[in-house]
Amino acid sequence: MSDFSLTRRSVLSGAAVLLASTALPTIGWAQEPQKGGRLTVAADSEPRNLNPAIVASNGVFFISSKVVEPLAEADYEGKDGLSPRLAVSWEGSEDGKSVTFKLREGVTWHDGKPFTSADVAFSALQIWKPLQNLGRVVFKDLEAVETPDEHIAVFKFAKPTPFQLIRNALPALTSVVPKHIYENGKIEENPANTAPIGTGPFKFAEHKAGQYYRLEKNTAYWGKSEPYLDEIVYQVLPDRSAAANALEAEEIQLAAFSAVPLADLDRISKVPGLKVVTKGYEGLTYQLVVEINHRRKELADVKVRQAIAHAIDRDFVVKTIFLGYAETATGPVPKNDKQFYTADVPAYAFDVAKANALLDEAGYKAGADGKRFKLKLLPAPYFNETRQFGDYLRQALAAIGIDAELVNNDSAAHMKAVYTDHDFDLAVGPPVFRGDPAISTTILAQSGIPDGVPFSNQGGYKSAAIDAIIAKAAETLDAKARTDLYKEFQKKVVEDLPFINVADWTFISVASDKVGNIADNPRWAVSNWSNTWLAQ
Amino acid sequence: MSRALLLLRRRLVGSIFVLLIVIVGTFLLLEAAPGDAVDAYLVSTGGDAGLVEAMRQSWGLDQSAATRLANYLWALLHLDLGQSVAFSRPIRDVILERLPVTLILMGASTALSFGVGSALGIYAGARPGSVRDRVLSTASLALYAVPGFWLALVLVIVFAVDLRWFPISGFETIASGKTGFARAADIARHLVLPVTSLGVIYLALYLRMMRAGMAEVWRLDFIRAARARGLSRRRIVLAHVARNALLPLVTMLGLQSAQMLGGSVVIESIFSVPGLGRLAQEAVAMRDTPLLLGIILVSAILVVLINLLVDIAYAFLDPRVGASEASA
Repeated sequence: MSDFSLTRRSVLSGAAVLLASTALPTIGWAQEPQKGGRLTVAADSEPRNLNPAIVASNGVFFISSKVVEPLAEADYEGKDGLSPRLAVSWEGSEDGKSVTFKLREGVTWHDGKPFTSADVAFSALQIWKPLQNLGRVVFKDLEAVETPDEHIAVFKFAKPTPFQLIRNALPALTSVVPKHIYENGKIEENPANTAPIGTGPFKFAEHKAGQYYRLEKNTAYWGKSEPYLDEIVYQVLPDRSAAANALEAEEIQLAAFSAVPLADLDRISKVPGLKVVTKGYEGLTYQLVVEINHRRKELADVKVRQAIAHAIDRDFVVKTIFLGYAETATGPVPKNDKQFYTADVPAYAFDVAKANALLDEAGYKAGADGKRFKLKLLPAPYFNETRQFGDYLRQALAAIGIDAELVNNDSAAHMKAVYTDHDFDLAVGPPVFRGDPAISTTILAQSGIPDGVPFSNQGGYKSAAIDAIIAKAAETLDAKARTDLYKEFQKKVVEDLPFINVADWTFISVASDKVGNIADNPRWAVSNWSNTWLAQ
Repeated sequence: MSRALLLLRRRLVGSIFVLLIVIVGTFLLLEAAPGDAVDAYLVSTGGDAGLVEAMRQSWGLDQSAATRLANYLWALLHLDLGQSVAFSRPIRDVILERLPVTLILMGASTALSFGVGSALGIYAGARPGSVRDRVLSTASLALYAVPGFWLALVLVIVFAVDLRWFPISGFETIASGKTGFARAADIARHLVLPVTSLGVIYLALYLRMMRAGMAEVWRLDFIRAARARGLSRRRIVLAHVARNALLPLVTMLGLQSAQMLGGSVVIESIFSVPGLGRLAQEAVAMRDTPLLLGIILVSAILVVLINLLVDIAYAFLDPRVGASEASA
């Protein structure tokens, strides 16, 4: 049942084979996209700001990506892994100082005004660059956006910026909002931040706090004959068991982002009329990482870090904690990344004897009680799996004579303890891989990051070699050369272990069989759902 | 009526100090919890140093705790509850939106537990030691031992998932367009399971209290006197035994209203009912101090008001209450 989804393409080709082989023109009712209907989806949180141009995060995208569109969306087959949205083409200059976007014509905002290059220029310069959590990094050298005509936007950078990075950033970082709505007053306080106005297939209709969000079909959408659905409703279900129950009772048709806990998947997959879908999240891969405080003298020794890496049974973690819904990690780039991943890194096989030997070598002999030293271990509370891995790691460390004390905090307290106060020895974190090392995994190894920056290297690690690779990659324009640098980065990180990668996982959706066209791109849950349909 | 007014005055003066202590205490508690609203917010977004600093500044979290407390109290004096950072909306609006839901949920559960609980208690206590007394007492003990959240989950699975008699969650049908009586019926249907889970445990408590109280009253002399006067059994049970056993239940009613505000956190989460309890839990998770203070303030006022009503009811039920003050 896993790894199953219907795309229109596969359905059509399947139907063609059927026709050719049996000459029976019968296509099942579920295969022909139908118009209309309300799709009710489980939501577990209500973001305070729904403007994806300011807050590029999955919680915001989950709802607002249907309303506000980016320049391009991730795609399984498209060139550079992209499919056009508000931009129809993009081209980088040789010197890396300009990128030209040709914009889609005939697009209107939900309030009827036309979408033009002025909106793109405004969003880029006034929002992505100064205000957006990720845009502040990628667009830091963006100087100007020229708009020679209404459908061309030319981004001008003060310093050469790799086009590969800009391309990889398009789906998540380039949500375009209307200039005429945002140009007056403070952008952060604009009412459209909670009732977004965009160009997407759905219009924002209403939000009842604590209950639901409702989106309505945009009848003037540029995608002809789309969207299929009349309405999308996000029902707020804060309880962990609520989504599974609501699916079974047919009150909702979709629970994305693993709203149904892994432990329930086996049971729910046997319920008639429901399917478990593991595709559609490849672009949102989470990495299970052991963060290390290098200020601890024991942990500053690479032998000790290697010993810890050898003490972790990655297969066990994937099988027992993730129930198979994850991949073991070899290094700081997940295996499912097609551009940057390399397997050519040192391997740390599960080997307790070797781990013990490394610790002996490092000079931390076991005492009379079999213990070498004590550690404070802080598992991040955001996911069940990070907490469970914390429990596992404590046992794994005990097997090599390291006595780890578990400290369980809530989210805010964990953030403060690890990323501001550095009050940890080991922490378990789930950083996101965002399709390009420059905006994700490198920040965990890079030195010189101020205190208090979340999900970054706050363990006091410093390596001149790794810093040099990161700096060089940031200004390397050639995609091949840049990719090679990041392969080198992976090798160095796995050699020196500033942090330890254990597993990579993506989310699971559970959907009613009536929902068609789900999981047809690598960021499906946070894409626009214009072709998603519901059998009536 | 003067007794009631006296009670009111004494209560109000006392409650102002209580409320002040509650506010300062809550503020200090939340201040002592590690991490602030910005930390809580960054969990889902991340951000660089400049962004983090700008956010702390615009949310007023760069000021000292003492300044923030002073500002809060000063604004409160002007009846301003402030701005919620977690919702970026005025706290007054956020709370007013949720208050009716909590009141309906609490009111219905209290009515259920008090009404049915004391009625069954009278039924059991009318003949202490009889078969029906033993059955009801045992059943209520079992019910009282059941954790509320567990009962809620079981009710969901049986009545919402399997039988589909009631909706799984929510306060009303989403965007149904219903108004008036149809809407009220819709809300009632949604609240059957949460009200049952919240009310049933207290129902057991009322049943046991009523039954135990009546068992004691039966032994008193005036009951024997009433019997000797030849009053009907029915009249003895209702007008003499039950009425005397009712007083502790009324006290309990006041206490329970406060407990129900707390108990509703879990029930509201399980049934996804947008009430104050869930809001309070979100406020703590998001480290939204002013919002939590607002909720606690409103809840405290609610509890004070309910206890005031209880006292007034008491004064009517028991002529001894407040008599000394009335004559003073």
